[in-house]
Amino acid sequence: MSGNDVLLEVEDLKKHFKVNQGWIASLMESFGGGGPDYVHAVDGVSFELRQGETLGLAGESGCGKTTTGMSMVKLHEPTAGDIVYDDTRLSEASDAEIKRFRQNAQMIFQDPFESLNPRMTVYDTVAEPLRIHDIRNETARVQRALEFAELLPPEQYFNQYPHELSGGQRQRVAIARALVLDPDFIVADEPVSMLDVSLRAGVLSLLDRMTEEFGLSVVYISHDLSLLRHMCDRLAIMYMGKIVEKGPTDQVIENPQHPYTQALINAVPVPDPSVGRERVELQGEVGDIVDVPTGCRFKDRCPDYIGDVCDQVVPPLEAKTAFEQEVACHLYESAEGYDPYEELEGRPSAAAGDGAESTPADD
Amino acid sequence: MSQLEVEDLEVYYETEDGPAQAVDGVSFELEQGENLGIVGESGCGKTTLAKAIIGILPDAGYINNGSINFKGDDLTEMPEPQRRRLKWEEISMIAQSAMNSLDPVYTIREQIVEAIETHRPGTGRVESEEIVTEMFELVGLDPERADDYPHQFSGGMRQRAMIAMALALEPSLMLADEPTTALDVIMQDQILKRIGSIQEEINSSMLVITHDVSVVAETCDRVIVMYAGKVAEEGPVEEIFDQPYHPYTIGLKRAFPNIRQSNQDLLSISGYPPELIDPPQGCRFAERCPMATDRCREEEPEAHYENGLRSYCHYADEIDTELRPYADDPGTWNQTTAAPDGGVEE
Repeated sequence: MSGNDVLLEVEDLKKHFKVNQGWIASLMESFGGGGPDYVHAVDGVSFELRQGETLGLAGESGCGKTTTGMSMVKLHEPTAGDIVYDDTRLSEASDAEIKRFRQNAQMIFQDPFESLNPRMTVYDTVAEPLRIHDIRNETARVQRALEFAELLPPEQYFNQYPHELSGGQRQRVAIARALVLDPDFIVADEPVSMLDVSLRAGVLSLLDRMTEEFGLSVVYISHDLSLLRHMCDRLAIMYMGKIVEKGPTDQVIENPQHPYTQALINAVPVPDPSVGRERVELQGEVGDIVDVPTGCRFKDRCPDYIGDVCDQVVPPLEAKTAFEQEVACHLYESAEGYDPYEELEGRPSAAAGDGAESTPADD
Repeated sequence: MSQLEVEDLEVYYETEDGPAQAVDGVSFELEQGENLGIVGESGCGKTTLAKAIIGILPDAGYINNGSINFKGDDLTEMPEPQRRRLKWEEISMIAQSAMNSLDPVYTIREQIVEAIETHRPGTGRVESEEIVTEMFELVGLDPERADDYPHQFSGGMRQRAMIAMALALEPSLMLADEPTTALDVIMQDQILKRIGSIQEEINSSMLVITHDVSVVAETCDRVIVMYAGKVAEEGPVEEIFDQPYHPYTIGLKRAFPNIRQSNQDLLSISGYPPELIDPPQGCRFAERCPMATDRCREEEPEAHYENGLRSYCHYADEIDTELRPYADDPGTWNQTTAAPDGGVEE
């Protein structure tokens, strides 16, 4: 189904948000020196999106999946790193190129109650992107988009306002709006989590049809691994702003390798009372993404912690010798000959390399 | 005698257009120590049912008919002071939204200690404090944070504080309304496991209200599937999942993805639940059911008892003998989803 042509590349993307301090704190800071604190929402994430594939971004709240998705459609400016689309680096792109990118990169949000303008009719909602991008043939395009979204007959919806629609219909309008520009890819952030279970499959099948009929790529962001398994060709699991595991969906779900992925997948309840599930208790909670720990971010909770190397060397996401998916963990032997222990030997600067800007000399 | 016996309960909400029949003739029993799941879509009446049981219906809501017997006493007729005492002490509720259930001007510790001291007079301060520490540890919160105010907690932490509070008095019945929906999956798993072990320890029962079929599959002994204010089907969890008779149960089950299966064909139930102000006669699910006949639209189905299940479908027999594969096929359901004129996209 999915070809291997790369549509878009995310390169070492970082997005840090300044922590909102009170004015006293900022005043003290301006006198006493020391920089402000940053939330490291996304902290060095690289992956590619292939043509016609559905790529899942999974993880718990705060892992950076939504920030990654929003950065992919340029709703956030990256703090560092870049996105390469159609051989163009977005950081160096001209205005015309950016405009073309925006036309090709669309997003569907979680809450169709908030993402649609309550004062705009369905027709105007779907037509607005066409007007912004100066595209003709408005009515026919709006009609076709609504038809695709199975809002039938489309004319019947033209003059309706969001409050007259059900949640499922609203999300279909959001999908029609995203599709009307004929984009190359769509980032869908929890597109069905607000919908009743009985209606979800209908909306999901639209996303499926996008990839199958139009060869669109979809980035599907969700915490729901059961859904992601159903929807995605490939899966990237995020933890504290980094990807810890990435690979073909069935591989990641059935044979997870990173200790975090293992815990995550084990924790998913199964809708079948005859299936006994092995439960793994994970220590503690997700760590601090303001004062990011050195080494592996999962080390404090990791049941397989192996000592100094986990403490001090950030495990890169890389191919391993023993399985198909890429994993960021020192437990496995690198397929590319990388040896984390070499970095460990050069002790003095062991903590450097990653997150250097996050550890100013203030402690 | 069961611990909880709900009989022919009707809970209505007053609206401008007349009463909305949110819960319409629901009966069930719950044994001591048993976990009963109530599943259904939003608006099916499952939360209203819990609120009626614990006695926190909003002003517009009222019990129109029926009884709620808890350990032999009818809660619908119990004087308010007595009923209030039962709350927390015997029956506690873990609500969906923890923010609304915690008082913003008191620390979490103060709130739990107050609940303990009100309902267990004679409990010393030291002992209450010990309970707080114990409960916090149980739900995976740092006991040192008990002196925080609710706003200092994250959403997940508040939900856990709420659960700690609900467990502190060792109630004999817990009403859990989407108890873990706001939590991340790892935390959900740990909390459910801990609630389970406390339950075993104090032999309490639990009513688990959720849309999440998989949570019910893992935590409950029995399940009630509700649709539009009525019980559609009820029975032991294994039978409900294995051999349901009601098309709605079959549909709901097949609409839910399973992480253990690849290439699942998910099913979508087209349409929406009916208005509850003037509900249709006949079976409430008829409008969305791919197997519905004129009989379904006219005649309300009686209970069909078989294999431990109570199923409200005229065709439960046929489902069992020949229609099940048909009902289990997403194609059957998705036909109705497609455009009436088949005009999609080329």
